[in-house]
Amino acid sequence: MATIYIDNKPYDVKDGGNLLHACLSLGFNLPYFCWHPAMHSVGACRQCAVKQFRSGHDTKGRIVMSCMTAATDGMRISIDDPEAAAFRKSIIEWLMTNHPHDCPVCDEGGECHLQDMTHMTGHVYRRFRFKKRTYLNQYLGPFLTHEMNRCIQCYRCVRFYRDYAGGRDFDVFASHNHVYFGRHRDGVLENEFSGNLAEVCPTGVFTDKTLKKHYTRKWDLQTAPSVCVHCSVGCNTIPGERYGELRRIRNRYNGEVNRYFLCDRGRYGYEFVNSALRIRAPLINPSASHNGGGGPVSGGERVAAKEEVLRYLSDILYFGARAIGIGSPRASLEANFALRSLVGAEHFYMGVPDTDFRLVTLIADVLRKGPARSPSLSEVEAADAVFVLGEDVTNTAPVLALALRQAARQKPLEIARKLRIPLWDDAAVRNAVQNVRGVFSVAAPYKTKLEEVASRSYHGAPDDLARLGFAVAHELNNENPAVEGLPDEVRSLAVSIAQDLKEAKRPLIISGAGCGSEAVIQAAANVAWALCSGKRQAGLCFAIPACNSMGLALMGGGSLGAAFKAAREGTADRAVILENDLYRCAPEEEVNAFFGQIRHTVVLDSLATPTVAKAEVVLPAAAFAEADGAMVNNEGRAQRFYQVFAPDNGIRESWRWLRDIMIAAGRADVREWQGLDNISAALAETLPVFRQAPEIAPPAGFRIAGMKIPRLPHRYSGRTAMFADITVYEPKPPRDPDSPLSFSMEGYQGQPPPALIPRFWAPGWNSVQSVNKFQSEVGGPLRGGDPGRRLIESAGVKAPFFKDIPDAFAPRTQEWLILPSYHIFGSEELSVLSPGIAELTPRPYVGLNAGDTGALRVSEGEEIAVAMNGAEFLLPVRHFPELPSGIAVLPSGIPGLQGLMLPAWGALAKRKTITVTGAT
Amino acid sequence: MERPLTQHMKPDGSALDISEYEKTGGYRAVRKALTMAPKEIQEMVRNSNLRGRGGAGFNTGQKWSFVPMGDDAPRPKYLICNADEMEPGTFKDRMLVEKNPHQLIEGMIISAFAIQADIAYVFLRDEYKTAGRRIAGAISEAYRSNYLGKNILGSDYSLDFHLHTSAGRYMCGEETALLNALEGKRATPRAKPPFPQTSGLWGKPTVVNNVETLCNVPHIVKNGVEWYKGLSRSEDGGTKIYGVSGRVKRPGLWELPMGTTVREIFDEHAGGMQDGYKFRCLIPGGASTEFLTGEHFDVKMDFDSVMKAGSRMGTGTMIVLDDTICPVGALYNLELFFARESCGWCTPCREGLPWVVRILKAIEEGHGEPDDLEKLEMHGKFLWLHFTYCALAPGAMEPLRSGLKLFRDEFERHIKEKRCPYENVPAARMNV
Amino acid sequence: MLSDQEKQGIEAELENYEHKRAACVEALKIIQRSRGWVQDDGLHDAALALGMTEEELDGVATFYNLIFRRPVGRHVILICNTISCWIMGYNPVREHLSRRLEIEPGETSADGRFTLLPVPCLGACDHGPAMMIGNELYGDLTPGRIDAILEKYGWESD
Ligand SMILES: Cc1cc2nc3c(=O)[nH]c(=O)nc-3n(C[C@H](O)[C@H](O)[C@H](O)COP(=O)(O)O)c2cc1C
Ligand code: SF4
Ligand code: FES
Repeated sequence: MATIYIDNKPYDVKDGGNLLHACLSLGFNLPYFCWHPAMHSVGACRQCAVKQFRSGHDTKGRIVMSCMTAATDGMRISIDDPEAAAFRKSIIEWLMTNHPHDCPVCDEGGECHLQDMTHMTGHVYRRFRFKKRTYLNQYLGPFLTHEMNRCIQCYRCVRFYRDYAGGRDFDVFASHNHVYFGRHRDGVLENEFSGNLAEVCPTGVFTDKTLKKHYTRKWDLQTAPSVCVHCSVGCNTIPGERYGELRRIRNRYNGEVNRYFLCDRGRYGYEFVNSALRIRAPLINPSASHNGGGGPVSGGERVAAKEEVLRYLSDILYFGARAIGIGSPRASLEANFALRSLVGAEHFYMGVPDTDFRLVTLIADVLRKGPARSPSLSEVEAADAVFVLGEDVTNTAPVLALALRQAARQKPLEIARKLRIPLWDDAAVRNAVQNVRGVFSVAAPYKTKLEEVASRSYHGAPDDLARLGFAVAHELNNENPAVEGLPDEVRSLAVSIAQDLKEAKRPLIISGAGCGSEAVIQAAANVAWALCSGKRQAGLCFAIPACNSMGLALMGGGSLGAAFKAAREGTADRAVILENDLYRCAPEEEVNAFFGQIRHTVVLDSLATPTVAKAEVVLPAAAFAEADGAMVNNEGRAQRFYQVFAPDNGIRESWRWLRDIMIAAGRADVREWQGLDNISAALAETLPVFRQAPEIAPPAGFRIAGMKIPRLPHRYSGRTAMFADITVYEPKPPRDPDSPLSFSMEGYQGQPPPALIPRFWAPGWNSVQSVNKFQSEVGGPLRGGDPGRRLIESAGVKAPFFKDIPDAFAPRTQEWLILPSYHIFGSEELSVLSPGIAELTPRPYVGLNAGDTGALRVSEGEEIAVAMNGAEFLLPVRHFPELPSGIAVLPSGIPGLQGLMLPAWGALAKRKTITVTGAT
Repeated sequence: MERPLTQHMKPDGSALDISEYEKTGGYRAVRKALTMAPKEIQEMVRNSNLRGRGGAGFNTGQKWSFVPMGDDAPRPKYLICNADEMEPGTFKDRMLVEKNPHQLIEGMIISAFAIQADIAYVFLRDEYKTAGRRIAGAISEAYRSNYLGKNILGSDYSLDFHLHTSAGRYMCGEETALLNALEGKRATPRAKPPFPQTSGLWGKPTVVNNVETLCNVPHIVKNGVEWYKGLSRSEDGGTKIYGVSGRVKRPGLWELPMGTTVREIFDEHAGGMQDGYKFRCLIPGGASTEFLTGEHFDVKMDFDSVMKAGSRMGTGTMIVLDDTICPVGALYNLELFFARESCGWCTPCREGLPWVVRILKAIEEGHGEPDDLEKLEMHGKFLWLHFTYCALAPGAMEPLRSGLKLFRDEFERHIKEKRCPYENVPAARMNV
Repeated sequence: MLSDQEKQGIEAELENYEHKRAACVEALKIIQRSRGWVQDDGLHDAALALGMTEEELDGVATFYNLIFRRPVGRHVILICNTISCWIMGYNPVREHLSRRLEIEPGETSADGRFTLLPVPCLGACDHGPAMMIGNELYGDLTPGRIDAILEKYGWESD
C-alpha cells in the first residue's frame, strides 16, 4: 500500500501500481484513450496528463502521463491543476482537428468514448479552420465497418488485434498524420476476435456491421444480462433488442470469465434469434403421429391455440406411461429439469451424441473426483505453463484460447520483471520480452492456431496424443503406468513437457471432448493430477461441446443410444424432445428409425430443425434472449441469463410449456412453479449438485429502495409512439415474474448487484468504458463480486490414476480414421443461422495430409468419395499439413455434414469426375 | 591548436585507408584499450567530460556506466553508432564518416569494449551514399586486420560489426526509435525508462552514441583525460566540430576548441555575411534550437553556455538567417519539416505540428487571423518535454517559441497587411 | 517472384541480424534497386522470405519516405527543401526543375525519366541548394547549373 495525494487529499493505493489505474479505481474522471485496462499503457495519446509535484512545497510541478507513471508512497499529483486540465483539453482539440463532425450519422454516437472524453475535458469551441484529412475505408468482412476518417490514432486497435489477440493481417501504415489502421488490402479479417475492435476502438472507426443492418442507438436498446450460448465457455453478454428484434451483442464484463472480450461467434451468432426459421406459434400436425414420418413444418401442421395444444398434449402424454424425455445441452438447467420432472428421472435422456455423453460424463467426474481444479478464465490467463492435449481450442472454446494467449506470455514476463519494468508498461514489456516464447505445449491431431504461441508441438492420432499424455504423467509421477513402445522423439518430448510443467508455479492442462477420445481426457487428468502435490495446484480445463453440456452432465440421464433402445424395444412410444435436433446427435438412419418407433413426438424448440419436422406437436420455445434460466459452463460455473425482451405471443420458455403440460395432466406438485425462482428451488432440492442454483442471482422479489431494475435505459425514446400504428395508447409493459428486472424505463437508476447489470452506463461515461465504474477496482471484480457460482470443486484428494493406455495408432490400408475438425464459424448449430457467420462457414471438405492425397492421386480441391457410418459424400480435398497419415478430418457440424458421429473409420476413394463435353 | 578529429583528413576529401590511418597513429588506442579494464575506460571517458555530440550533451562515460557488466549481464550487448544525421542544417557526421571512417570504427571498438558489447552497428542514413561506401570498405579492411571479428588482436575480446542503412525519416535518429528501426519495425520511439542501456535492441543492453562522440574516444584513450580537457575552452572536454550554413562568406565545418564563441566561429571561420546581406539571427545547433541574435555573439558554444543564453548548442552547426529571409517563412519551412517527420505516435506532435504548419502558411500567404498567434503560443507551450512522447516536437517548438518572441512585429505585420512583406523571397512560393 | 539476385541479396542481409525481420528495410531496398519501386508482388514475396505478413512489411515500408510504393521515374531527384537550402535558393532551383521537366514535386516526367521528390536535409547545408540523383550529390545549385546536370541523365534541352 502507498499513500498518494491527489489535489492534496490522501488516498491509499497499490504501491508501484499504475497511476491512471489508481485514479480511475478511486473514481476520478480522468480521461484517456490509448490505455486499456486489459492492454495497459503505451503513453501515445497523452490524454491522461496530470501534474506531479516533488513535495508539498513544489508549486511548479511537472506534467506526467498518469498511465506511464507508477503510484508511489508519498507522491503528490494534481488532476485539477489548470495546466494539466488545459493540456487535456488541447488533446481533444487536436484530435478534433481531423475527427469528422458526423456524430449524428455515426454508429458510435451516444456510446462514444471520444464524445465522453470531449465532454469531460470541456473542449467545445472549434478553433481549427482548415480542411480535415480524409481516408479511404476498407472492406473488412461481414462483421465490421471501417470508417477511418474518425480515427484518433490511439493505436488500441492494432494493439488489441496483434499484441493481445495474435492477429497478423492488420497493422498500422504510413507515418505522421497520415497513419492508417487496416489491412494490407481489402479483405475479411482473419482473427477470431476481430469484433472486439468495435468495443476497443474509442470512436466509430470499427463498428458492428450486423448492428448497422438494423441500427439502434444504445439508448434505444432494451438490454439485460445474458450468457453466450455458442460454446461451453459461457461468456457474459449484453444482448440488445428493439421492436422484437435482437440487434446486437456486447461484452458483459465478468472478472472471472470473459473479462473484456468476446469471440466473433459469440458476438455475431445472435441473429438466429431473428431467423425466418423461428417457430412462433404452437403447431399440431396429427399426420405426424403413428407413422413417425411427418412432413416438414410447412406440411400438414396447423397453428393451434395454447389451450388446445395443452389439451391435446395431456391426451397423448399420459404419464407414467411410455413417455421419454430427451434433454438438451443448449437448453437451460430449468428447462431440462422441467422435462426430467415431466417424464421422471429414469425416462430422462441426454440429447447428445453418445460419444459426447461418455466424454462429458467422464470430464464431470474427473473434475469432481480428482485433485485438480477447473480454473476460471482469469486463472487461465495467469498460468505460467500450459499443456494443450487434443483440443483445437481456438475453434471449440475461442475465448479460452484468447486467455491462453495471455498465459503464454506469463513466463516471458519474468524478463521484464527482472529488468524492473512494471508490467503495465506494455510497450516496454514487449520490447524487453521480444518474441520469446512462453512455456506452452500443444498436442493435437492437426496444426491448430495456438501453435503460434507454442514452444513445443506434436501431432498425432487421438490414441497417440493420449500416449504422449500418459508418458508425461509417468514422467511426473511414476505411479502412472509407463507407456510401452513410445518412439524416442515422443518420449523425449514427454520428458521436456513434464519438465516444463514441473518447473511451473501455476501449471495448466487443457483438453476436451474435441478428439472424441476418453483416453485423451484420462491422460490429461493424469498429467494434472500428477502435478498436484503438496502446495502446488494444477489447473485442469476441458472444452466441451455446448453451452450447458456441463449442466446436463451434472443433472445426469440416459444416453441417446439408450433412448433409441427404449423405443426399439417398445418400452417407449412417445417422446418429448427439448430444444434439440437429434439429427446432429446420431446418424440419420438411426434417428429416422427412432421416429418410426415413436407414436407421438413432441418437440419444443425455437427453430425449425429437421427434428421439428418430425414432430406431431411443436411448441415454440423462447430463444436465450427471450428466456430466463441458468447454464453451467465448462468451468462448472452456474450462470444466470435473463430475458432481454418478451417475445411474440406464442413463444414461451420451454420450462413454462413443460410446467403447463404437467398441470394440464393433473400434476399438482408443479402448480407452485410460478416463476423461475420456484423451479430453481425445486431443482436445488431435488439434485444436491445444484444446491447453489438459487444463489447465483437475486430472487425475483429483490428490490432496491422498493424498485425493480429497468431493462430500458432512462433515455429510451419513442416508448409512447413506437406502437402508434397499432394503438395510440401506450401498451402496458409485459410483466416479469421471473426476475427483479422490469420491461420499462422506470426503476432503480443506480448500480444493481452484479448479476443484474443490464448495461454499463454511468454519469459521464456512455461508452463501454463505463464498466470501470462498476468494478471494485478497474480490471478487478465487479462491485459485489463477479456473478456466477462454481457448482463443482475438485475433491482436493488424490484420485487413482487412469491406467488404460491405448495402443499406438495403426493406420489401416483401406480405411481412414476420420476425425472432426472444428470451425469457429460453422461447427456450432445456432450461430450458422447468422448471415455473417454463414458467409464465413467453410463448404464441406475432407482434410488429408499431402502424402495421403498423393497416395490417393488427388490434388487439393479435387473431390473424393468418403464413405462412413453407412453414408457417402463427395467432398473436395483440403490439405491439412500436420495431420498424420491414415487420418482424415471432416468439418464438425457444418451445414451439409451434420450427425457424422466422429471419430469413425471410413473409406476414401478417388472418383472419376464425369465431364460433359460438346453440349449443344 | 590541436584538431585531433580532423587534422589528418586529406584535403582532397577522400578517405584515409587503413594504412594511412595507422600511420597517423590510428588503431594504437585500440591496442591500449584492450590492455585496460572496461570499467577503467568508462571512468576515463567519464572524467574526460566528453558530452554526447548528438545534441543532448549527456556525459558519455556516465551513459555507459548504466550498462550491466559482468558475467551475468544479459547478452548479447550492443553498441550502436547513430549516423542518421538528418537534423536540418547539420552536416558534421557525414564529413567524419566520409573522410575518416577508421577513426569512427576505432572509436566504436573501444567504446564497445568498454561496455563489453558483442555486436556493433553503424546506423547510417540512406542518402549518405559516399559515407556508406567508405565505411563499408573500412569495415572490411578492419576485419581483415583483425581489428574486428573474433579475438581482436589476439585478445579474448570479439566484436561483430555491421552497417545498417536506413530508408529516410528523421525520427530514426532518436535513439529509441532507432532501435525499433533496426529491429525492422516502424521507427516510433520507446518510452524511457527502461533506458536502452538495460533494455535496448531486442531487449538487450545497448548504447547509442553519435558519430562525433565516438570519434573522440580513441583520442581520449590515447592521450589521456588531462590532455583532452585541455583542448577545451570550457568545462566540457575536447574539441567540437562547428559548422555554419546560410549566406555567409565561407559556409563550412571547423574543428575548434569546445567553447569557442559564436563570434569567432561566425566572423573568423565563416567570414561573416556575404556582401549585400545583413545578419538577422542564427539557430545555433540544427533546426531544433532557439534563435540567437547579435546580442549573443559572445556566448561560448558549449552545452551549458548556450543553455544559459536561452537556447541549446544542439549539434553545434549554425544556420544563419539574413535580412532578406522572411522569418515567418523560415519558421514555416522549419515546422513543415518537423510535421512531416513526426512519427505519428503521440497526439500533440502528430496533430499539433500540422496545425502549426497551416497557421504559419496562412499567415505567410496573407490569410492570418489575429488569434493565430495565441494558437501558435499554445502549441509552443504544450508541445514540450514531458507533454509529448519524445523530443521531436519540443525540438520543433524551440525555433517557434523564440521566433514568436523575436519576430512578433513581423507576424503582426503579416496579419495586418494580409501579405508577406518580403517581396524578394516570397516564402509562399515554397511549394514544399 | 523474387529474382535470384534479389533472393541472394536478402539472404546476405539476413546475416547481419539475429532476427529475420530486422532485414526488412534492406530487403525492400534490394527490391527497389532492381525494380525502381516496390510493387505489391515484390512486397508479398519479400514478406514471405522474411516470415512477415504483408501487413507487417507494408507497415514498415510505408513508414519510410525512401521506399517507394508507387512507380517512379528511372531517376529520382531528391531535392532538399529544408532550411539551409531553402535560404540559399531552393525555390528558384525547384521551380526551374519543374519548368524544365514539366512536373510538380511528387510527379514523374512524361518520358518516365525523372521523378521529383523534395526531401529533408541532405547534409550538404554548406553547399545549398543541394539535390541527389541516384548516388550523386549535387550542391551549390543554381537554375543555370540544372540543365547541365539533367543532360548527364539523358535529358535533352530544347
Ligand atoms: C527527433 C530526434 C532526432 C535525432 N536525430 C539524431 C541523429 O540523427 N543523430 C544523433 O546522433 N542523434 C540524434 N538524436 C539524439 C539521439 O536521440 C541520442 O541522444 C544520441 O544519438 C545519443 O548520442 P550521444 O550521447 O553520443 O549524443 C535525435 C534525437 C531526436 C529527439
Ligand atoms: S482506429 Fe480506433 S482504435 Fe485504432 S487508432 Fe484509430 S481511433 Fe484508435
Ligand atoms: S491514456 Fe495515457 S497517454 Fe494515452
